[in-house]
Amino acid sequence: MKPYLSIEKLTQRFPDGNGGELTVFENASFGVEKGEFVVILGHSGCGKSTIMNILAGLADPTSGVVIMDGTQVKGPSLDRGVVFQNYSLLPWLTTLKNVTFGVKARHPEWTKQQVEDHAAKFLAMVGLEGDVIHRKPSQLSGGMRQRVSIARAFANHPKLLLLDEPFGALDALTRGTIQDELLKIWGQMEQTVFMITHDIDEAILLADRILLMTNGPNARVAESVEITIPRPRNRTEIVEHPNYYAIRNHLVQFLGKRSKELAGQPTEVGQTNAPETVRIDLTEPTEDPEDKRPALKAVNS
Amino acid sequence: MGTLSLNQRAALLSVLMLVVGLLIWEAAIPAQKAAEELTEYERLTGAGSAKAGVPPPSQVIAKAWEQLSDPFYDAGPNDKGIGIQIGYSIYRVLTGYFLAALIAIPFGFLIGMSQVAYKAFNPFIQVLRPISPLAWMPLALFIIGDSEASAIFVIFICSIWPMLINTAFGVAGVREDWVNVARTHELGPIKTAFSVILPAAAPTILTGMRISIGIAWLVIVAAEMLVGGTGIGYYVWNEWNNLDLTSVVFSILMIGVVGMLLDAMFGLLQRRVTYAE
Ligand SMILES: Nc1ncnc2c1ncn2[C@@H]1O[C@H](COP(=O)(O)OP(=O)(O)OP(=O)(O)O)[C@@H](O)[C@H]1O
Ligand SMILES: [Mg+2]
Repeated sequence: MKPYLSIEKLTQRFPDGNGGELTVFENASFGVEKGEFVVILGHSGCGKSTIMNILAGLADPTSGVVIMDGTQVKGPSLDRGVVFQNYSLLPWLTTLKNVTFGVKARHPEWTKQQVEDHAAKFLAMVGLEGDVIHRKPSQLSGGMRQRVSIARAFANHPKLLLLDEPFGALDALTRGTIQDELLKIWGQMEQTVFMITHDIDEAILLADRILLMTNGPNARVAESVEITIPRPRNRTEIVEHPNYYAIRNHLVQFLGKRSKELAGQPTEVGQTNAPETVRIDLTEPTEDPEDKRPALKAVNS
Repeated sequence: MGTLSLNQRAALLSVLMLVVGLLIWEAAIPAQKAAEELTEYERLTGAGSAKAGVPPPSQVIAKAWEQLSDPFYDAGPNDKGIGIQIGYSIYRVLTGYFLAALIAIPFGFLIGMSQVAYKAFNPFIQVLRPISPLAWMPLALFIIGDSEASAIFVIFICSIWPMLINTAFGVAGVREDWVNVARTHELGPIKTAFSVILPAAAPTILTGMRISIGIAWLVIVAAEMLVGGTGIGYYVWNEWNNLDLTSVVFSILMIGVVGMLLDAMFGLLQRRVTYAE
């Protein structure tokens, strides 16, 4: 059976500016299950945003398809909410109006009051209440803007939530607060989340599964690392979990070394580049040590 | 002084400069009055005749009082109140201007939306734009025939370019992120145009509109001097022919005041649509 969101043999090429072609990634294939929180990690320029734009329907791939819930993704849709890296709030609208903008699009039949109540509810969910919601984005702090952007996406109940480095520009403290809020809302809504980040700790804290990309060009989604740490997770306690450093080391190893080693290998025609599943779990009773060796090897290589 | 706000101090300084300026002007006139005592011969040959006519501010103020207390009198084609003359000018400016806006803004929108259209139209705009609007006058008089309509046409042609260029520029410069917000919310092209592109480009469009109204007001005076009949431009020229320099100075001031008011109106509108990123 196909996963909820199925990315099949996705290839993206761009003109490289010298008359040639730049292959960002080729035949990338992976799936995301319903309700899953998937984070994608990779070096700058490997093609993460390109993948996300294709998932959002904002860009068309050179070849390959994205199938969500049995239908092919063609163009943007209200079912796929995007939190853009730079917030993308409309600066001439107030905070509240930025959210009602989305709600109105989702529920054109609602009354003005219904729309505003709904928007205010989601703004309150991310901690924005009172006078603040009548201010323009330019009068808000970076973290507040980010929360407006998250509220706008969540208020529409998209089936799939796409987050492109949503906390990239925030200080550690604000980032932590918003991460908690995001997890809380995600926990309540049972949505599927696909998120880009550069931050390994953030990825481990949030994700069910982390996709690792090799460096571009010709990048691949090389591994799919399961985060074998039970929820609810807590920033301070998570580091004490026995799996934490094993997973973290694996990720650091990958980004630091293997993303380079695996990079730049053009793939054969028709080859499907599905990521290798990696499961690191030191808490599991090891009945069959042979079973775990490949994963551990990856950690130590 | 320390207790006054910046604005108060600036206002005080403005008033001071006005008073000093008027005093100097007033004081300079008697010296010229002496010039009036030139010999008959000198006066006939025109030596200092223009100077001789320059009125002191007190006279201009008296004139202003007289004119503004009954701005709308109408005593024949060559003797109408200042209010009527300005009314004609404003009517022509606004007619030509809004006709231009009606074409420039939608058209600029379309040009701004398409890179091909933008590039294709650009050379024409670049050639047509620097043409002095008055250069169109003979052609307009010939083709249109009617002098009133020609004056309006000249206003139309001079106000269209800044609006067209700014609209196209503003629309083309709308951040793709904002358009993507509209796209991810499944807004159609019309809704996207009105709820995202128009507000995003509005400050640039209004800048164009403000530049245009300023140019239109500059041009109407010259156009009316050429076309004649009515209007503040014609009035200035007519009073000059009557050698009534008090009226000339007074109408010059009125041109300035009306121009300032027109600009302030658009400045107000501009402030309403401006947003901080
Ligand atoms: N429209 C485009 N035209 C040409 N090349 C492009 C285009 N968009 C992206 N690229 C190229 O594709 C590659 C991947 O870009 P992408 O924005 O997806 O990277 P990224 O993984 O999101 O990087 P970062 O982490 O820095 O955001 C880069 O090499 C970039 O130069
Ligand atoms: Mg990116």
